[in-house]
Parts: sequence; structure tokens; C-alpha cells
Amino acid sequence: MDDVSLIKLASTPAHEETARIMQICNACRYCEGFCAVFPAMERRRLFDVGDTAQLANLCHHCGACYHACQYAPPHEFAVNVPLTLAERRAETWAEFAWPGPLSGLFERNGLALVMIITAALALAVGLMLAMISPQLFWGVHIGEGAFYVLMPHTVMAGIPMAITGFTIVAFIIGWRRYWRGTGARWGGWPAFADAMSATATMRNLGGDNSGDGAGCPGPDDRNSLARRHYHHATFYGFMLCFASTSTGTIYHYLLGREAPYGYLELPVVLGTVGGIMLCVGTAGLWREKRRMEPAVRPLAKLGMDYAFIWVLFWVSATGLVLLALRETSFMGLTLAIHLGLVYGFFLVLPYSKFVHGLYRFAALLADAGEARRSAM
Amino acid sequence: MYTSNDNGYPERWDVLVIGAGNAGLCAAITAAEAGCSVLVLEAAPRDMRGGNTRHTRNLRAMHEEPTDVLTDAYSFEEYFEDLMRVTRGVTNKELAGLTLEKSAELTSWLGERGVRFQPALSGTLNLGRTNAFFLGGGRALLNSLCRHAEGLGVALHYDTEVADILIDDGFCEGVRLAGGETVPAKKVITTAGGFEANLDWLAEGWGEAAKNFLVRGTPWNTGTVLKSLLDQGVKPVGALDQCHAVAIDARAPKYDGGIASRIDGVPFGIVLNRDAERFYDEGEDFWPKRYAIWGRLVAGQPDQIGYAILDSVGVSRFMPSVFTPIRDDSIEGLADQLGLDPAAARAAVDRFNAACPEGPIDQSVLDGKATSGLSPEKTNWAAPIAVPPYYGFPLRPGITFTYMGVEVNESAQILMADGKPSANLYAAGEIMAGNVLGQGYLAGIGMTIGAVFGRIAGADAARSLNR
Repeated sequence: MDDVSLIKLASTPAHEETARIMQICNACRYCEGFCAVFPAMERRRLFDVGDTAQLANLCHHCGACYHACQYAPPHEFAVNVPLTLAERRAETWAEFAWPGPLSGLFERNGLALVMIITAALALAVGLMLAMISPQLFWGVHIGEGAFYVLMPHTVMAGIPMAITGFTIVAFIIGWRRYWRGTGARWGGWPAFADAMSATATMRNLGGDNSGDGAGCPGPDDRNSLARRHYHHATFYGFMLCFASTSTGTIYHYLLGREAPYGYLELPVVLGTVGGIMLCVGTAGLWREKRRMEPAVRPLAKLGMDYAFIWVLFWVSATGLVLLALRETSFMGLTLAIHLGLVYGFFLVLPYSKFVHGLYRFAALLADAGEARRSAM
Repeated sequence: MYTSNDNGYPERWDVLVIGAGNAGLCAAITAAEAGCSVLVLEAAPRDMRGGNTRHTRNLRAMHEEPTDVLTDAYSFEEYFEDLMRVTRGVTNKELAGLTLEKSAELTSWLGERGVRFQPALSGTLNLGRTNAFFLGGGRALLNSLCRHAEGLGVALHYDTEVADILIDDGFCEGVRLAGGETVPAKKVITTAGGFEANLDWLAEGWGEAAKNFLVRGTPWNTGTVLKSLLDQGVKPVGALDQCHAVAIDARAPKYDGGIASRIDGVPFGIVLNRDAERFYDEGEDFWPKRYAIWGRLVAGQPDQIGYAILDSVGVSRFMPSVFTPIRDDSIEGLADQLGLDPAAARAAVDRFNAACPEGPIDQSVLDGKATSGLSPEKTNWAAPIAVPPYYGFPLRPGITFTYMGVEVNESAQILMADGKPSANLYAAGEIMAGNVLGQGYLAGIGMTIGAVFGRIAGADAARSLNR
């Protein structure tokens, strides 16, 4: 993964501000115990565009360093690390995104756009199904293959698969741009294991490097681990839903059994638990985001965050509603809404907050390698 | 508004604490835990609360064996020797012993009240054996202690400056605020800090030179409370011109620059004064052992300014500083940018370079690479300033804290001029640190003195109220 040909990222006001602040932080270093950002900063003396991109993507935006900062406003140094890094971070995502122009669109109008897109898709799917045959749409369908009475499996699964193919290409390009733009180097499998563990435990979110932190500060600088727990619910809930889809695919193609499956069968159990976790997790993250210290919230960039949380919540919620209503005459309607949201979710994936997972992992991986090399 | 019954406040507070720094909060929490009604008056706004505690990052604690936040052991004897060495015996040995003894409980006491420490064996500075580091530094400690105090029902008021302590024949009736209002209290604990932000007062000890000092610490330590006490016949401790002053970047803010204004490059270059002359051995000892004398050295130079000059090799040998050094491809050009006479600066560098020994320097030891034939000599790490580009840092004296304060006894009671303790007036923190640290400096001991005497004051006040 070593890339010799580095990409020179653009210098921007957010980069300049990050470099200015990091120079102050590097002469202070009181925050070094909070998360990976500060030890990574200490390994640098100068902060080039790639360095600020790496530090920005390492930041989990918990806000602890803002509340602890002796140089935060109203001090004339006006240090606000979480806000500055959040702005720099959003900017790097736009720069890494492919095709580029789409990313800016979502960054600026995330929430409204995602709402419109998913609602339009749900409406389109619903109308289409209803027009093909109102009797089928409002009918009660029970037993194997009941969903596919309305829409053939190849179409239902083919649409997201096609979008996913595009998404994978976008992600590979984004990853490579990140890696080359920040001058990252592959740190070996032990570093990979470090990054995986940091991802799985979220130890950098509102804790400290020892991993048993008191959590993210709210506006009153009171600490709470709520965000980490809601993120766990969201992340692992998402993974369970992914496992549900995967087992469903195995049932369909290998076992020759068509959905819907029984309530106690593996795809449904995984999906139900995952869906509930996602609903709880995203609702909680929404709440925590709104409760965040106003001074560290990047107002112009928040739409993107809210949009992702919003669509993920409704994808999950409508999935659960579909499960509940699948043997009634509302199956067609709920299926249409659910599918519209799912398709919308996949469509905006490469330009939504979802990419934070990609670049955060890239940053953690690069950082773990860096940390191991400097410890040698 | 501080005694009205409308907000559930008492007519007369059990304990009134002046200052919401480390010492004040330790006192307030201790008294509140004992059941006292406690009012804390803080001169600064909430965002800037806590005096110099905002700029601290650790405390020095005795311990017999490794703890979760301290490595190895730091015995009473070793701690005491360290203190004797830096103060050259200018200390009250009883109070010093008390401080050291009580320091052992601090990390767990603070930890139980929400303060988080960095785990032992982490961090940039090699002080993990003697000093426990607050996770996130002093402001994070303040956040935790304020939250804890408020949870106990302590009333915390910001933007509330105390102008006068009302003393009548050794008995304190309460305080008068800058706004004129009087707040009566049964016990008053003053933790209002020193007077380092009061340049007029400093000028009484330092002359006009004080006007060129930068204040690294909080701008709210104006010494108003200290002055009120001393004017009313409280027994002083420490000398007027004793202060902790280091050489900091002259471009730092006039007030509140804190740790980041520090310059660590002196040992790896030379320092010139306004007339482009060297004036002290830059390589006398390791920087952590010498940085605290350089404030005084620069203060003694014309216009209270110095200029550290390094080349591109020297500049890479120390921690980066908050201000980008001034840079030029020639010594003359650098001197011009710094406001020095270019020819004189060139001559000073040439003289220095010609006097440097052969061979590379080793910054990890006192390498004895000394100049010969200079006055003053540079006795370690003397390497020619010869690889462009060249770098310059303008230096000013930066005051961190002052030593003059009020004398106290082992119960933290303030002593009156006749040596008798006041019945109900206590002091803790920087305002009385001079009792223990009469001169010199030992990293982290200020926070230790503050926490120990804050707790003592809070406990004694509560005890004598029978709470």
C-alpha cells in the first residue's frame, strides 16, 4: 500500500487554521492523554496539508479538548480544535470524493437533499407498484416469495447491487486519494490490528488513550459515554443487518428458500435485533449531536451528519414496520417506503456521513503504523 | 444578592472562599462535605475561572510505591531534599513537612471528586515518577472540581471581585466586593493568588523594568486581596521582588500566555541583548534546570529584551514553540528583522563561532563542549551558528507567579502581625505558597501546596464551626 506518487491537497482556510492551532497545541500538549490526535501531532513539527487532513480524520469530535483548553476563546489564541478539525475533515471528504462535484452538493444541503431523494424514491416505488396492479399492491400475501409478488427478486436486489458496485469504485478511489494525499504508509498487520481494535472499541471517542474514559462532554462540560454507546449500537446494529442480508442471500441462492422468512429464522432475528439497535443508536446519536456544546458544532457541515442519521433511522424503522405488517394489506405500502429509503441510502452513500467510517479507519490505520514506527 | 433568602442563601455564610482555583475548590469541597454552607467568589468570568490553575498540568506527590498515576516511589526524604535544594532552606520546615506528608493522599482524593489523571508512564515529560498529570491539564481539573462542588451545593459566583477583607482586631467579619456590597461570613478562606498581574505593584520591587514584563499567568491575579490583608497588619512572608520568571517569546500576549509561550532553544544557540552582546552562559546546565533563571537575566538587560539566535541545526533540537521563529538566510538579515545592529550581531556570532570547539555536540549529556576565550563562556553544547537559514526568537521576562504572601500556621490560619493566628481567616494556594516555597521552583509543588492547604483550611473552618 506504499504509494510513492503523492497527491498534493489544496491549501484552504480550514487547513491554515488547523496548522495555526496545531502549532499552539504542539507547544502546550496538555491534551495528549485524550485521544490519538495529540500524540500524532507530537510526532510532527510542521503541519502540511496532508498532516492536517490526517489529524482531522483522526478526530472523533468528542469535544473534550475544547473544554480542557486554556487557550479556547475568549483567550486571544482562540483555539478550538474540535470545530476546526471538523471543518477541515468535511473539506477533505469533499476533496477525496469521486466524482468530486457531487460531494459539495451534499455537504451543503445534506439533510434536505437526502429527505427529498428518499421520499421521492419511496413515492416512485410505491406509485410504480400501485399502478402495475392496485389489487396486488393492497393485497394480503403470505408465505414464501410473498414480497416478490410485487417486485421480482432480481429487480429488488439488483438495484442496490448496481448502486453498491458504483459505491465500491467510489470508495476505492477515495481511499487511494486519502492514502496518497496524507502520505500514509502501511504499518504492517500489528498496526492493522491496532486500528481494528480502535474501531471496534471507539476508545478515541470521549475517552482517553487508556480506553476507560469518562466520555464526551456535553454543553455543561459534564462527561457522558452516551455517544460511544449509541455509536456502538449503530455500528454493530448495522453489522447485524448486513449479516441478515448476507444470510438471506445464502438462503435464497444456496438453500433455494425465498423471503419472507419466519420470525425465528436467522435472517429475521439478525435483522430485527440489528434494526432495533440501529433505531436506538441513530436516535441517540441525533439527540447527542443536538446536545453538543454549541461552540464545537460545525453548523455549516451538520446537515450531512443529520442526513445520514436520519436516513439510517428511517431505513431501520420502516424495516421493522414492514416486519410487523408484512402479513397485512399494508405490506405493499410499507415495502415501497422501505425500499425507497434503502435505495436512497445506497445512492447517497459515497457522499454522506457514511464516508467517515472509511476515512476514519484509513486515519487510524495510518496512525497505528506511524505510532509503531516512532516507538521503535 | 449573595445573602438573600430568595435563592435559598443563608443570611451569613458558614464559609466564604475567595478564588475558584485549585486551592479554593479543595477548601470549598472539604467544608461543604462537612456540612457547611459555602460561597465561592471568583473574580474571572466562568470561561477564565480558576486563576493560575488554568495553566497548570500536574502536582508533585510523595508515594512509597507505584500507583495508577505515578511510577516507582518518591519518598518523603527525597521530596524534602528536593525542596531544600531549590529553596536553599528558605522554607518553614514544619509546613513543608506537612505539605509533603499530605501530598500522598491527593491523587486519590481528587480522583474521587472527578479529577482524571493521565496513566503513569505516558506523556512527554519525564516526570511520571514525581508528578501526577491531570488529563487535559489544569482547566480540566477545574471543570471537574467545580462540577463536584456545585453538586455539593456550593454557590459559585463568577465576575465577582473581592476588594476588601473586613478585619476587626484579628477577626474577619466578611468581605466587601468591588461593587461595594458587603458579604458577611463566619469563616473566610482566601485563595486569591499572587499579584503577578499587577505591574504597578511589581514595579515597587523591580522598578520601571516591570513595565516590560509579560505575565504568563492569569490577568486576574492583581493582588487586591493580598494588599488588603497586608494593609491591615497581616504578617507577610517572602520578598517583594521574588517571582518565578522565565524567558518567553516577546511576541506572547501581555497576559495569560501560559505554557505555550515558553522558548526551549537557548542552550542550542546564543542569546544577545539589545546591543548585540552575549550576557550569560547559555549552556550552563540542562534547560529544565536553568529556564527559571532566564527571566531574571533578561529582566536585567537594557529594555528587558534578549534575542536567541540559532542556525537550522540548532533549531531542530528542541520542542517547537508557539510562534514561528524569525528566519533569514544571513545573520545580518536576521539581525535587521530582529531590530539588532547587523554588523554588531555578525561580529558577535563570528566571535562565538571562532571560540567553539571541534566536533559534534551531545545534547543528552552535559557534554563539556565549551567555548574558549569568550566572556561569558558557553560551557556546554557550543556549536558554531553556521548552517543557514538562521532563526531568531525575541525574549522577554515572563512572570508566572509571585512569592510574597501571608504567613499561615499548620491549620492554614493567617497570622497577624503579632504572630497570633486570626480566629476565622485562612489562606491557601499561591497567596501563602511562599511559606513553603520561599524561593526557587519545584515543578508541580504549587498545586500540591494549594490542594493540601485548601483541604486543611476547609476542614479546620468546618471543625471550628462544629460541622
